Amino acid sequence: MLYNIFVDPFAQMLGAPDFLMQVLWEGFVAGTLYGLIALGFVLIFKASGVFNFAQGIMVVFSALTLVGLYQAGVPAWAALVLTIGAMFVLAWLVERIVLRNLVNQEEIILFMATIGLNYFLIGFGEYVFGGEPKKMIASELGLPTGSTTFEPFGGVLIIEHLDVAAVVVAVALVTGLAIFFNKTRIGRALRAVADDHQAAMSVGISLNQIWVIVWFAAGIVALATGIMWGAKSDVSFALQIVALKALPVLIIGGFTSIPGAILGGLIIGFGEKLFEIYWGGLLGSGVEGWFAYVIALIFLLFRPQGLFGEKIIERI
Amino acid sequence: MLYRETGQFKTTYTSDSQVFPILQDKIGLIAMLLIAFLVVPVFGSEFFVKTVMTPFLIFTLATIGLNILVGYTGQLSLGTGAFMGVGAYSCYKLATYFPETNLVLLILLSGFFSAGIGVIFGLPSLRIKGFYLAVATLAAQFFLEWCFIRIKWLYNDNTSGAINSLPREAFGYQISGGAADYIAQYIVVLCIVVMMTWVASNLIRGRIGRSWMMIRDMDIAAELMGVRPLYAKLSAFAVSSFYAGVAGAMMVFLYYGSAEPEIFDINHSFLFLFMAIIGGLGSLIGCYMGAAFIWIMPIILRELPEIIGLDINPATVEHIIFMMIGGLIIFFLIVEPHGLARLWQIAKEKLRTWPFPYT
Repeated sequence: MLYNIFVDPFAQMLGAPDFLMQVLWEGFVAGTLYGLIALGFVLIFKASGVFNFAQGIMVVFSALTLVGLYQAGVPAWAALVLTIGAMFVLAWLVERIVLRNLVNQEEIILFMATIGLNYFLIGFGEYVFGGEPKKMIASELGLPTGSTTFEPFGGVLIIEHLDVAAVVVAVALVTGLAIFFNKTRIGRALRAVADDHQAAMSVGISLNQIWVIVWFAAGIVALATGIMWGAKSDVSFALQIVALKALPVLIIGGFTSIPGAILGGLIIGFGEKLFEIYWGGLLGSGVEGWFAYVIALIFLLFRPQGLFGEKIIERI
Repeated sequence: MLYRETGQFKTTYTSDSQVFPILQDKIGLIAMLLIAFLVVPVFGSEFFVKTVMTPFLIFTLATIGLNILVGYTGQLSLGTGAFMGVGAYSCYKLATYFPETNLVLLILLSGFFSAGIGVIFGLPSLRIKGFYLAVATLAAQFFLEWCFIRIKWLYNDNTSGAINSLPREAFGYQISGGAADYIAQYIVVLCIVVMMTWVASNLIRGRIGRSWMMIRDMDIAAELMGVRPLYAKLSAFAVSSFYAGVAGAMMVFLYYGSAEPEIFDINHSFLFLFMAIIGGLGSLIGCYMGAAFIWIMPIILRELPEIIGLDINPATVEHIIFMMIGGLIIFFLIVEPHGLARLWQIAKEKLRTWPFPYT
């Protein structure tokens, strides 16, 4: 038993380094995608203190809108532009109808409101686009397909071009957002709102406007995630369960940190894949479902604010 | 006019601190109980008793459990579904090992198993709270769900991976299994739910319930006044999981008849959270209202197109129900964040002075 836990998996890793690299690469890609979903959460949490449960369905919804528009005969680039427009309208409506009426309510009420939004979007999305899984229009959007095979250590390592694209997009989004947050006027306003709503309002920052911008940014991140994830598998409503994985990612990275979201995603991605492949056999398969949460629990015990989070959590 | 307390004088402290200080409330309660115990089983159709009332009561019980944790103790939990599963599976195992025992006893016993599991997963609450705690309970949700699928011993190694409600008796009537009488099932559920609501209302009014509420309102102050967070939080987790476990066992044995691990999934946990919040956090009557709203409204909506003669595709109806539930949740949160129970309270206040509110 001890041998199976402590020795055998490492022997397997050293015995087949090419397979280990393949596993690590897959973990890396899964991790970036988790990180992207978590990024959407962080954006909204930073600026409005709302824990947006609907981020997962926003991913699905944006991807469905894109595919649905394309199937309706709109060219791919125009569909992309229109989808971005739709995300803006969604952000505006959410601010107008939900957030504005719930200013100054407790966290849990706002959280529940986003769950309500989640339900609404599920119903609406299925009503408009139908419930069956759809194929993402990856090649039409100019995403690369195919794969390259490397041969390190005399083995095989297959790297899909799509995965590379996903990583590039993730890096670009994070860099872009980091610059946006730190260097622009709106970014400074966003950080001010995140620090203190009242103080921000007193220096003339419009909360409503900021909220629309933040939800719109989260919508664009959701769209990027949706395209990437949809290209890897299909676009279906099952994706929203994956979105729950963002919670442990956030715990590890910290609720308010953009690099933390990506790093947390990577830790979860790597950990999950390694554990599933090398240790999963001991417990029966399917450990991927809960492993992330257990890592998060362990993290909570030692570092409750996450890797990069601000130390505001109350103990007790 | 009818609903006012004029002339009802309280002469002792005990009579002043009753649950229902106003006579009309007592009459109303007795009338409700009479309807539930006599009118529904005698006049209700099979569909109404079996598909509307029984699950409504079971869900109410689960919501009461969740409300004790979220509404009274302030610990956000997303693992109700899994704790119900623990109750259901332990009841299944108990029924396998003790086929002769009264099923009601087994259902209540299985609550203790889920209470134990609840305490274990409640341990992180001593260090963390809010959304962080929600993630800890999510770990419970996914881990336990995985256990229900993977540990074959839990479902007696049967090939389907589901648990079937074994035919068992209580008080001489067969109340579970295929040949069970739905009226008997309803009565058993009703008795357990009414009894456990009564227990909950007394727990909450007592010392332990007040310590829960102190923890919720301000944990540091509560600690300074001598409430031990360890006991208060863990007892809340235990009681809450006990209720969830009993509800889960009843759901499988007295309602569904058989269950796959999927019925204890995260969506059900959210469903109960909705019921608790729509009904009103920190209110027992709110649990009944929330469960009625979330469970019965979709049933009515499903029937509605047929009644008014519209021909709508059932899938479309499902989608519209989803949209309406989502929309109504947001609507209620905006109109009254404290839930239906608060609306009911406001209505009662208005009734007391009606029709002369300014005299």
